[in-house]
Amino acid sequence: MRYGKYRFIASFLAIPLLLYVVFVVSPYLQAIYISMTDWRGFSADRNFIGLANYVELMGDGRFWQAMWHNLLLLIVVPVVTLAIALFLATMTTVAGRRGAVGRGGVRGSRFYQVVFVFPHVVPLVIAGVLFSFFYNPEAGLLNGLLRLLGFDWLTRVWLGDPAVALPSVMAVLIWSFVGFFYVVFGAAMKSLPTDVFEAAVLDGAGRVRTFFSITLPMLTDSIKTSYIYLGILMLDGFALLQVMLPDGGPDGSTEVVAQYLYRAAFTDGRFGYASAIGVALCVVTLVLAVVVLRMGNRERVEY
Amino acid sequence: MNRPRPGLDRRQFLRQLAAAGLLTVPGAGVLSACATSGGGPTTSAQGEVSAQNPLGVAPDAPLDVVIFKGGYGDEYALFHEELYQRAYPQAEVKHTATTQIAQEMQPRFVAGNPPDVLDNSGAQKIDYATLAAEGQCTDLAPLLDAPTVDDPNVKIRDILLPGVIEQGTYGGQFLMLNYVYAAFPMWYSKPLFDQHGWQPPTTLDEMLALCEQIKAAGIAPWAYGGTNAADYVFDLSLGMAVKQGGPEVAKKIDNLEPGAWQQDVVVAGVQAIEEMVRKGYFMPGSEGLKHTEAQTAWVQGKAAFYVSGSWLENEMKGIAPPDFTMTAAPVPVLDSGSALPVTAVRTQPTEAFIVPARAANVNGGLEYLRLMLSKEGASKFAELTASVPSVQGADAGAAATPALKSVTAVLDAAGDDVFSWQINTWYVNFWKSVLQQQLGNLLAGRIDANTFISTVQSEADKLAADQNVPKFSR
Repeated sequence: MRYGKYRFIASFLAIPLLLYVVFVVSPYLQAIYISMTDWRGFSADRNFIGLANYVELMGDGRFWQAMWHNLLLLIVVPVVTLAIALFLATMTTVAGRRGAVGRGGVRGSRFYQVVFVFPHVVPLVIAGVLFSFFYNPEAGLLNGLLRLLGFDWLTRVWLGDPAVALPSVMAVLIWSFVGFFYVVFGAAMKSLPTDVFEAAVLDGAGRVRTFFSITLPMLTDSIKTSYIYLGILMLDGFALLQVMLPDGGPDGSTEVVAQYLYRAAFTDGRFGYASAIGVALCVVTLVLAVVVLRMGNRERVEY
Repeated sequence: MNRPRPGLDRRQFLRQLAAAGLLTVPGAGVLSACATSGGGPTTSAQGEVSAQNPLGVAPDAPLDVVIFKGGYGDEYALFHEELYQRAYPQAEVKHTATTQIAQEMQPRFVAGNPPDVLDNSGAQKIDYATLAAEGQCTDLAPLLDAPTVDDPNVKIRDILLPGVIEQGTYGGQFLMLNYVYAAFPMWYSKPLFDQHGWQPPTTLDEMLALCEQIKAAGIAPWAYGGTNAADYVFDLSLGMAVKQGGPEVAKKIDNLEPGAWQQDVVVAGVQAIEEMVRKGYFMPGSEGLKHTEAQTAWVQGKAAFYVSGSWLENEMKGIAPPDFTMTAAPVPVLDSGSALPVTAVRTQPTEAFIVPARAANVNGGLEYLRLMLSKEGASKFAELTASVPSVQGADAGAAATPALKSVTAVLDAAGDDVFSWQINTWYVNFWKSVLQQQLGNLLAGRIDANTFISTVQSEADKLAADQNVPKFSR
């Protein structure tokens, strides 16, 4: 290291660093401090109570129930979303067999490319409103379609039944996010080297074999990043649920941590406790990111 | 891609940058002071007390008014501000209309510069119990004892409708003036009932008999919004119970007394709901509807009865057919031996106006409330919003709608026989996460009346023992 290099770089970074400290680091630290107080949010009075909020949190059944719902979202939604997005991206990017060997999508790919992105263009809140109507048990499109097709036995009170309310919400999340990851994977696949695919096709590999032996391993990084990104969104999930089931769903079956936090702060006036919930959520998010990044950390394919 | 770079390694650099970030962290402790620190005590503007100025308003002190701009709009507030301006031409009146009350007002309360008048309402309101427990509201007792604008010999205390003072009282102090007088009857469409020759029932037996007829006519007797408003149906179950057993029944529940939910009449009210569920008197699929969807189905004639506050007509404006003629009737009694007459109705004044304790112009804020309660101020409100204000003598004149006329008639018939419960404002979280949720379970047929009562009672006992929740009693 040559002398002065750090000072030189630091001089460039001073302002961004300062902004980062003021707008990112300091709120985090404040949240951690507030989580150790009994602050009720609407006056300057607060007492330091140490870890009492965290101790209470450990024994709070509703918190754990909400956390469980987040974990279900975290397990189901990314897996299904990414699987669908991968499948669609493969079909429209590399699964075609016409023209250039091993490249290009199936017939009509360009049309599909536009259609698949549509849902992501709809803001999540709007999607929530639309799907609330879609799931309306009497006047809604879903039950209407099921009745029309003769599947009356499949009709449900979608958002009013604890057994199907959370899956119904998951379906909206999946519907909404597939488009984005379709674009991500499509772009990643386009940058893969053509020769590998040509070789595979010459060796007689079919679509499935090509996908599992070539496309998938080469996209590991994109998939991991996507999983973390989507995972963080699933640990939140506030916007959609607040629109569709603001009061926690039937028998509390869809309440997520962020909603519980919001309620602790704004309807219970317990900002200290709410901050403790927030800190706990933050820790879980960090753990998720670290675990996923470490998962199968093998040598990357060089190309 | 993994080629090592000469000189500064990227990863090493990032690592050291992170370390630098941690080093700067202690400095952030100073910054953290700004969001959570409070301002010093403020001294409020004082004027000379006289017959014309009973509250001692400083005529030149500015007045800062924040209004929740929801279902009632803010036009009425502009008129009230005009009244204030007329009385104190030197004062500068600042008007803010918002729906994000808690989010926007929190920093001002914490910093010690809250507005002089705050309409703390809507979904984003600041929790009443929190405000009260934090000592952020001025005791409005001077307002109660002040003379009215229209007659210097009458005190404000004497023109407020029954229940207004009780509703705004926390820990023995009158802190919130709930300006809108909401009643909670059952609602139906008069033409629909006339067409079938149905009469609103006065006892539970009549209700069950009528439900059977309505169901036979191919209409669902009742609708409710299960995903967010199952609690509306408490006006039926708990409403019948309180009418049967008297106001003491609600008082015991509010005070979280042991066994409050096991009172015979309360159990009977819950069992009535269970029976109605079992007999299919609630519109199928209601458990999956929002209140707006349920209300829409109701005004479309898919259900006969709906229970809600008197804002219902306003809420369904433009959705209900013009000839719907929304009409109110008090909920029935359990049987003829009831403590309160059939005409009794639950009222709960809403739209809580407060004068923050640390406002710069407390006296001006009190005066503003006094002007709101004047005949002119209240009538204008009734006219603009088609709602009943919490004060005698307001007249909407020609603007009165069918629902407003009918709810006024219900209130007139009830006279002093109005009752209320506070548990929904004292313990909002308990109301939502326990009562609303369990009633939703009962209405969807997931639990029976016994399970409902035992669950709710044990949760209420838990709440009573919870040190973290400030308690109130009446």
